[in-house]
Amino acid sequence: MLIAILSLTLLGSLLGLGLGVAAKKFHVEGDPLTAEIEALMPGSNCGQCGFPGCPGAAAAIADGSAPVTVCPPGGKALAQALAAKLGISIDLGEVADQGPQIAAVAEEICIGCCRCIKVCPTDAILGAAKQIHNVIREACTGCGNCIDRCPTEAMTMQPVPVTLQHWIWPKPEMVGA
Amino acid sequence: MTTYLLLLISTALVNNVVLVKFLGLCPFMGVSKNMDSALGMGLATTFVITLACGASWMLEHWLLEPFDLVYLRILTFILVIAATVQFVEMVVKKSAPALYQALGIYLPLITTNCAVLGLALLTVQEKMSFIDTLVYGFGSALGFTLVMLMFAGLRERLALANVPAAFSGAPVSFILASLLSLAFMGFAGLNFQ
Repeated sequence: MLIAILSLTLLGSLLGLGLGVAAKKFHVEGDPLTAEIEALMPGSNCGQCGFPGCPGAAAAIADGSAPVTVCPPGGKALAQALAAKLGISIDLGEVADQGPQIAAVAEEICIGCCRCIKVCPTDAILGAAKQIHNVIREACTGCGNCIDRCPTEAMTMQPVPVTLQHWIWPKPEMVGA
Repeated sequence: MTTYLLLLISTALVNNVVLVKFLGLCPFMGVSKNMDSALGMGLATTFVITLACGASWMLEHWLLEPFDLVYLRILTFILVIAATVQFVEMVVKKSAPALYQALGIYLPLITTNCAVLGLALLTVQEKMSFIDTLVYGFGSALGFTLVMLMFAGLRERLALANVPAAFSGAPVSFILASLLSLAFMGFAGLNFQ
């Protein structure tokens, strides 16, 4: 018993040490710009941009093969931040942005099939079989994966409801507009 | 010398790891879409299998058997294989970034390639000597690379062929794999006497 534990511990630490040394020796300098862009992205790896997750999209944006407007959940705010980071100017009018949206369940038609729960990348949908589901607003990134999965069209994208945390003072109305 | 040559032929062709023993089918189907990545995958796996077989022999004879720990065989072998694959991943990322991109997720998945663990366990069960183990592992890995290359070449041509819609994509690849397997069964008739 003791010798088994000791030998496995020794083996594990030796291999770990070896790999640690190898990691230092074969270290590849990543593109610092890619890392900075990745930090700005939503990070939910929803895949709506067509790249393998946010790291893939960040690499594509960094080498210029993807526009800064590639991220639908990020919307205008992210496009603006990325454009500022990369020092390019973009036409924000092109970005179809209805303001941030999150998923919502229409409780009268939800049949409790659990399909939307399985595709949610952030585990934002709460529910069990034959129980009406609900969306945890703080966790939903608005990737829209669940919309197509719902057999009864009970999942819809809704504008983020105004709460005390979100409310902003409305802009003054233009006189004579 | 003849023994080693026969061992090489036996492991690479007659007892081919993919088409006769049916081990390592995941990369066989997954990374055989073009020749370049198939060759890269074959070479990476060759390196891992040879190293893993050698390391497993040392573990078995210097650690597990003397201390009566044979029941820890699978655990220790997987540990060594995982470490080897990590090492190969670092080397490939440093020396061939294009290959690293092409192999993608299949490179770390060599860890779970059953051919690697299968061969390490087989060599230990057959109670081979150290050199025999290395030749056995290397030969099997060569067979793996050969089959990967053949299959990738065939699939590249198959992509241009006019396949019935119901069979296009994966189904026709499976039929192709079974035909290739049938062809490799023919090597069982090799006789060197």
